[in-house]
Amino acid sequence: MKVIGLIIAVLTGGLLIYAAGDFPAWSDPASPASTYLSPHFIEKTMEETSVPNIVTAVLADYRGFDTMFETTVIFSAGVACFLLLRAFRRKQPEARHYRHVLTGVTVRIKEGTKLPPSEDFERIDSLWTPHDLIIKTVCRLLIPFIQIFALYVIAHGHHSPGGGFQGGVILGASIIVLAISQDLRTAVKRMGEKLDALLCAVGVLIYAGTGALCLLLGLNFLDYSALASVLHVDPITARSHGILIVEIGVGVAVMATMIWIYNNVSSKGEYDQGL
Amino acid sequence: MGDIIQTIVAKYNFWIYITLMMIGLYAMIAKNNLVKKIVGMNIFQTAIILFYVSIGAKRGATIPILEHGHGGGHNVVHAIDYANPLPHVLMLTAIVVAVATLGVALALAIRVYDRYSTLEEDEILSQIREE
Repeated sequence: MKVIGLIIAVLTGGLLIYAAGDFPAWSDPASPASTYLSPHFIEKTMEETSVPNIVTAVLADYRGFDTMFETTVIFSAGVACFLLLRAFRRKQPEARHYRHVLTGVTVRIKEGTKLPPSEDFERIDSLWTPHDLIIKTVCRLLIPFIQIFALYVIAHGHHSPGGGFQGGVILGASIIVLAISQDLRTAVKRMGEKLDALLCAVGVLIYAGTGALCLLLGLNFLDYSALASVLHVDPITARSHGILIVEIGVGVAVMATMIWIYNNVSSKGEYDQGL
Repeated sequence: MGDIIQTIVAKYNFWIYITLMMIGLYAMIAKNNLVKKIVGMNIFQTAIILFYVSIGAKRGATIPILEHGHGGGHNVVHAIDYANPLPHVLMLTAIVVAVATLGVALALAIRVYDRYSTLEEDEILSQIREE
């Protein structure tokens, strides 16, 4: 198998390198990719959508269908992870570990027995988890700033690099940082499984719903200039606002999916203890 | 001699992407461990992303974000001054989708490990044959 694989890889690579001879030179302004469609985007974006960031305008307006179905793909990936991994029958772990908060003494509780309810003990993962005050504190202080930065990236995607995908991933990462620095149970308490699933669907719904609203208002699906009568602005500005609305939808969907996938994969679907 | 060097300078980026792509393809075909196959798939995706981003480059061009100000009239925009936005858009979505597919692939690997207690392909196949 190794030899066959090597032969296939070398043959395909040789063919591709031979074909690369016909490519235009690197960063050639007259290359075919930059001569047909992209000049229109670059020169007309400002007057057609009033969005200075061309990438955002192309992403959410000119190629709106593409992005909508990309969001659907991400949603499907989240659902697929959930269906593959989620264990609904709670398997009781053989032993639970608790740490006495004040002294740091670790207690191991066998299956069936219970610890008397007390605030002095905190549940810890059964793998080796030292009590890391610095990591926990630094992450707790950083997470709000990460989230504010994520919201900035989503909201400012019209004027600077950013948008729904990037901001959504940063938002999701802030919760994943919580899950890594504390433990998975803390993160799930903050951002529950049902909320994840709901936000996943809501994000896609915001996107598709904006498109459907345009359809109801008498224009094509995802033609945001139809929103002008709802938002009380001129059609060009309405496109800019429409882009912001769908970017928020994308951000919500991406955030929820990242957290959902992380929770499922890291805990094998038991939501008990993660990495 | 000068021609050859010029060709190399003009095309070496494509050769690097092709090399990366073939490393990923070889890993997907020849590696025995499922997680290594997944890593190979990711290297393949990264090569494609680099390839697209390099297509979007233009000599002397800046990022595709237009200058603008409040109230001021818009200057005339020349397409030659801005990098091609289209490959960036395509890869923006592709990166996030790559992460999502990685999640699904890892979930499948976890399920396979639960069922067969191994991630080595030949051991899984021999277990399937025995059943």
